[in-house]
Amino acid sequence: MAQDSGTRTLISQSQLSRGRGRVIYWALLVVVVAGFTLVFLGPLYWMVTGALKSGQEIAQTPPSLFPKDPQPQNYIDAWNNLALAKLLFNTFYYAIGAVLFQLVFDTAAAYSLSKLRPIFGNVILALMLGTLMIPAMVLIVPQYVTVIDLPIVHINLLDSPFAIWLPLVANAFNIFLLKRFFDSIPEELMAAALMDGATSLRTLWSIILPLSRPILGVVSIFAVTAVWKDFLWPKLVMPSPETRTVSVGIYAFAGGTPMNVVIAASVIAAIPTVIIFLIFQRNIMSGLTTGSIKG
Amino acid sequence: MAITTVPETPRKPGRPPSPYSARPQRTSLGRKVRDNLTGHAFLIGAVLCFVVFSWYPMVRGIVMSFQRTRRGETTWVGWDNYSRIIADPSFWTAWQNTFYFTVLALALGYVVPFFVAILLNEFRHAKGYLRILVYLPVMLPPASALFLFKFYAYDPSEAGLFNAILKALHLPTSQWMQSPEMTMPAMVLASTWMNMGGAVLIYLASLQNIPGELYEAAELDGAGIWRRIVHVTIPQTRLILALLAMLQIVATMQLFIEPLILANGAGAEDSATSVAYLIYQHGFFQNDLNGAAALGVIMLVVLAGFSAVYVRLTAKQD
Repeated sequence: MAQDSGTRTLISQSQLSRGRGRVIYWALLVVVVAGFTLVFLGPLYWMVTGALKSGQEIAQTPPSLFPKDPQPQNYIDAWNNLALAKLLFNTFYYAIGAVLFQLVFDTAAAYSLSKLRPIFGNVILALMLGTLMIPAMVLIVPQYVTVIDLPIVHINLLDSPFAIWLPLVANAFNIFLLKRFFDSIPEELMAAALMDGATSLRTLWSIILPLSRPILGVVSIFAVTAVWKDFLWPKLVMPSPETRTVSVGIYAFAGGTPMNVVIAASVIAAIPTVIIFLIFQRNIMSGLTTGSIKG
Repeated sequence: MAITTVPETPRKPGRPPSPYSARPQRTSLGRKVRDNLTGHAFLIGAVLCFVVFSWYPMVRGIVMSFQRTRRGETTWVGWDNYSRIIADPSFWTAWQNTFYFTVLALALGYVVPFFVAILLNEFRHAKGYLRILVYLPVMLPPASALFLFKFYAYDPSEAGLFNAILKALHLPTSQWMQSPEMTMPAMVLASTWMNMGGAVLIYLASLQNIPGELYEAAELDGAGIWRRIVHVTIPQTRLILALLAMLQIVATMQLFIEPLILANGAGAEDSATSVAYLIYQHGFFQNDLNGAAALGVIMLVVLAGFSAVYVRLTAKQD
């Protein structure tokens, strides 16, 4: 997604830079920038400042634009009453584990499918990609039944972080992204390494992975945000208050907690993903578009 | 979906010679077996996870839908679960609501991002900023964003954000989630706000792949902006348009967290009950996992129907 000021789009550059076109262009730009700021940042502003208002102020008509008497206490209450530190830690722990599991297993699988190409590899890849067609909601019940009593070993994974980590490894989209990236690494590099007597593992570690940092970054960021945003699955497999994720925890408390405190907690829960986005927005956006288009 | 139509990288005819070929040649069979074993050793972790958490549950969901488990005893019951689920008075309401949501969400969340992307693609300034803005809500945890809508935006009194705006504009205010008529549009609005960023970015990327000469040629032929959109932009991006329509149908059919948080599940007069919510209700509240599995299979069949239509339509155009 390079800044492509040079290429011709719907309306030609010359039409935009002269006379009436120029006026319309700038007017439209100002309107859109202002409108988008209002539509997409406005609600966030409302959320952050609303959580600072007192219960009375939030119920007043018409609503005030700035909190008259800011109550940081709402945020403190949210932090303490909802045990947000624990909830955030849980979510962070699940997210980091999900990244590690996905990086190890999905990278190994994609490497095998791309470079080692064992027998039946294509069948396995097709079966994996087939799961992309199956909506999560269809699988939720049998998946839950499987997790509470794993076949053969009969282990119950409820309240265990593995109930979040392992199902996330079965992510065909990641394997597809990684495989396609590995496909673009020239075979000659591999051959040279093998000539020198390197094992497959060594080749992966010292040739493929260093070249794949961008895509590994994309997969990691997606893994973190997926865990952070997920709701129903963690709600089902992490039923205890001690193991909840932050979204589920806030939902569980929403009934008996003052509105402003719930919103304050929601603001705090959103901060990590927003920070991740602002830091990695380039990687996130390029990962999103390469995954879906250039196929 | 496009994801699956990616051509497999063909095996290079001149595969690199066996790395150990400098050594005395061993039987190729032994080598092959060993190479295959290594390959599968790298695959095993991911494959096991797919087996346990994806492929097996798929089969098990279908099997479960024909069984009934009571007090630890499982028996085959034929189509009983299906008839029980279909007889549930909420069944048809849930499908109606889900389709209504899907249609509204397509009208709003499919058309709007396309034109937003076209607009953003014309701008030579502030592009990065606008892209970040559009995608920002996608990064919020849905629960957080929905509490914002529930408590602050859709407050039915005049202290609510939307009602305050409507009142300032001298428009009639709304009861939002308290009103059965407004429930769906309100959920679609919240859902579109949260999710449209992804579609905008994907459209933007596909717009950038359109060769500029096509627009030039159309302009020389005297085509105005609208005709250029209809005759150049849309045909050039139609595969992505079709793909995103399909993905969006699949996503909106799974409508769950919006009714759960905004409408406490069913909503005013059952106006928010969705099929996914019904699966959740049956499976985890009414202790009817088999019925929930049957409903899941029904959903899968309906979506497969849509996919078949999609494949038909896109295949015809090529």
